[in-house]
Amino acid sequence: MAHYIYLTVLLPLLGFLVNGIFGSRTKNEKIIGWIGSGTVGLAFLIVACAFFQTLGLPPDDRKTIVTLFNWLNVGGLNINVSYQVDQLSIIMALIVTGVGFLIHVYSIGYMHGDKGFWRFFSYMNLFIFAIMNLILSDNFVLLFLGWEGVGLCSYLLIGFWYDKNFEKSTTGDAAKKAFIVNRIGDFGFLLGMFLIYLTFGSLNFSEVFSRSASFNIPVSTFNFIALFLFIGAIGKSAQIPLFVWLPDAMAGPTPVSALIHAATMVTAGVYMVARCSIIFASAPAILTVIAIIGAFTAIFAASIGLVQNDIKKILAYSTISQLGYMFLAMGVGAFTSGIFHVMTHAFFKALLFLGAGSVIHSMHEEQNIQHFGGLKKYMPQTYFTFLIAALAISGIPPLSGFFSKDDILLNTYANGQYILWFIGFATAILTAFYIFRLYFLTFEGKERFGSQKHPHESPKLMTIPLIVLAILSAIGGFIGIPAIFAGENGNLFERWLEPVFKSANTKMMTYGVHSNLEEIALMSITVIGAAISIYFARYVYLKNPRIALNVSTKFKGLYDLLLNKYFVDELYDAAIVNPIAKGSDRFLWRFTDVAVIDGFVNGTASLIIFISSKIRKIQTGVTQFYAVIMMLGIVIALFWIIMSL
Amino acid sequence: MPIPIEYYLVLSAFMFITGVAGVLTRRNAIVVFMSIELMLNSANLTLVTFSSYMGNPVGQLFVFFVMTVAAAEAAVGLAIIIALFRNKLTMNIDEINILKW
Repeated sequence: MAHYIYLTVLLPLLGFLVNGIFGSRTKNEKIIGWIGSGTVGLAFLIVACAFFQTLGLPPDDRKTIVTLFNWLNVGGLNINVSYQVDQLSIIMALIVTGVGFLIHVYSIGYMHGDKGFWRFFSYMNLFIFAIMNLILSDNFVLLFLGWEGVGLCSYLLIGFWYDKNFEKSTTGDAAKKAFIVNRIGDFGFLLGMFLIYLTFGSLNFSEVFSRSASFNIPVSTFNFIALFLFIGAIGKSAQIPLFVWLPDAMAGPTPVSALIHAATMVTAGVYMVARCSIIFASAPAILTVIAIIGAFTAIFAASIGLVQNDIKKILAYSTISQLGYMFLAMGVGAFTSGIFHVMTHAFFKALLFLGAGSVIHSMHEEQNIQHFGGLKKYMPQTYFTFLIAALAISGIPPLSGFFSKDDILLNTYANGQYILWFIGFATAILTAFYIFRLYFLTFEGKERFGSQKHPHESPKLMTIPLIVLAILSAIGGFIGIPAIFAGENGNLFERWLEPVFKSANTKMMTYGVHSNLEEIALMSITVIGAAISIYFARYVYLKNPRIALNVSTKFKGLYDLLLNKYFVDELYDAAIVNPIAKGSDRFLWRFTDVAVIDGFVNGTASLIIFISSKIRKIQTGVTQFYAVIMMLGIVIALFWIIMSL
Repeated sequence: MPIPIEYYLVLSAFMFITGVAGVLTRRNAIVVFMSIELMLNSANLTLVTFSSYMGNPVGQLFVFFVMTVAAAEAAVGLAIIIALFRNKLTMNIDEINILKW
């Protein structure tokens, strides 16, 4: 079955084409929706079969490569469209197709009645096609094709309601912002690819990675390659300083936020770092940079999420923060922990977004949590699944988030990065607080909405994916349960992925040692901290809301700073966007384009007109004038003949 | 005493120059055509002169060709003048300057 893995890429492409070409002619939403979801569901089944087949292979030999056709054969560069099934890509593929399928089914209910229903599903299938290319590819070029493809689909889907206003501008502006900021990262990624080709002479994963392990290449080259590749990840996975597109990306429909900006696309950067682990392991300085940026992004975004009032914005900053965790894991060399967090995050973040979508839908597109309250009794399934997701993201055992977050924090501490551990710990406290602030203000307490809102539970098509994701968020962590709890049955996830990172781990050679006591102590501190944070949030937002008001007025400066997202957007506008726009307007347009180029082109035409206006005076139209000229010519010719005789 | 050949040739040249002067300076289209015929006839005279004085009949033979061409050309030219007259109602070729820039 692993040999049919290319079907998982082609099926969504087929869904895109069918829905794109014929979708507009069908009024039947069910057909469009089930074609869209069905392709992803079938892809999931194929991936699952491939997974079980790979499970049956011996642990050191779990890579299958399926080549479709030869794509580029230019000079020394030979690139095939070929897909590889190994432990890492199969995990990512399971996540993408599994969570993707659930979100597609949810969207059939969520996008009901929308006039662009068919367009939505065709774009979503195109996205799955692109990200499967990214995950399954076995060379950098095909990965980059998927990388760009998901950026395109992100643009298309963020600006899906293209005639809708969003904050100070339109959804189209939000979509453009996402695309352009991504592009900055892609520029770095391309530079990395060029440097890889220059250094290793190939862009194929197996060749590049085996050569980087064996050849004698200076560390500085690795540093540059790793840095450029990481810049690509910064753009795609919304780290500091290129995170500004993700909160604006909430302009798109909620299933889009769930799929693209929570579960899959933003984790493409993490996947790329994991895939190129040997390159990053050979550049320890860059790994440190990655860890620092990850940790700071985590706490930075968590602090902004504390005071936001739009439900989707809170979740967006939460995503940025959790991505910071993943990069922190990568940066300290705990690659498997990072991928583990990718998986659990996909479950609970998708669940949080879909739950938020359920709430938004039933409150008739209201998104401000200050206008919610007490929704618990109107939407029982949404409430309960959201609660599970909130507990998971806060890291409460035995839910999945506890295991993955704890894994990351433990590895950070064990590798001696105490400051980063503390930042991660503080972020965990903040995470629990803001997510339960969101929970209490939405589902518990007094009802703060007017009588014209009639909240109701969402249809089964929307609640069943919620329930499935809740189950996964609850039990999904057990495959990564650490050894101190499960003995030799523990750490299944890490042992599964270990062969992929073997060369990276040998190169790094520093693997922190920790005692069981330290591990339990760290776990307890984090869990107790999160629990206190949740209790505090409950106290403030349920019992005594005036505390929040008093704190925000007493520390007004800090509150405003956080509410306005540290004015980062305004800073970028002033420092980068406006100077470029004005410079472009004044110099490039008014001077270069209008004066110089237009002047040159029009000037040439004017010159020709001028010359011809002088020459055409010969055409007088008087026949005898022409006869005179003829006679003159004959006379001259005669003279010449006579003279030369 | 036979007439020297130069007399004929000078007469022919004189006729030709008169014809050229007429083509270049006269305003009436018919007069221009008459001048063109005069030029052709001067050429004929030159041909016959040389034929007679060299004893070669080819010159006289060629005159027939020239006359034929002159006749055809006169016919076509007069047809053009008639067409022009119908359009412009004038014989003055100075006024026919549509091809002016």
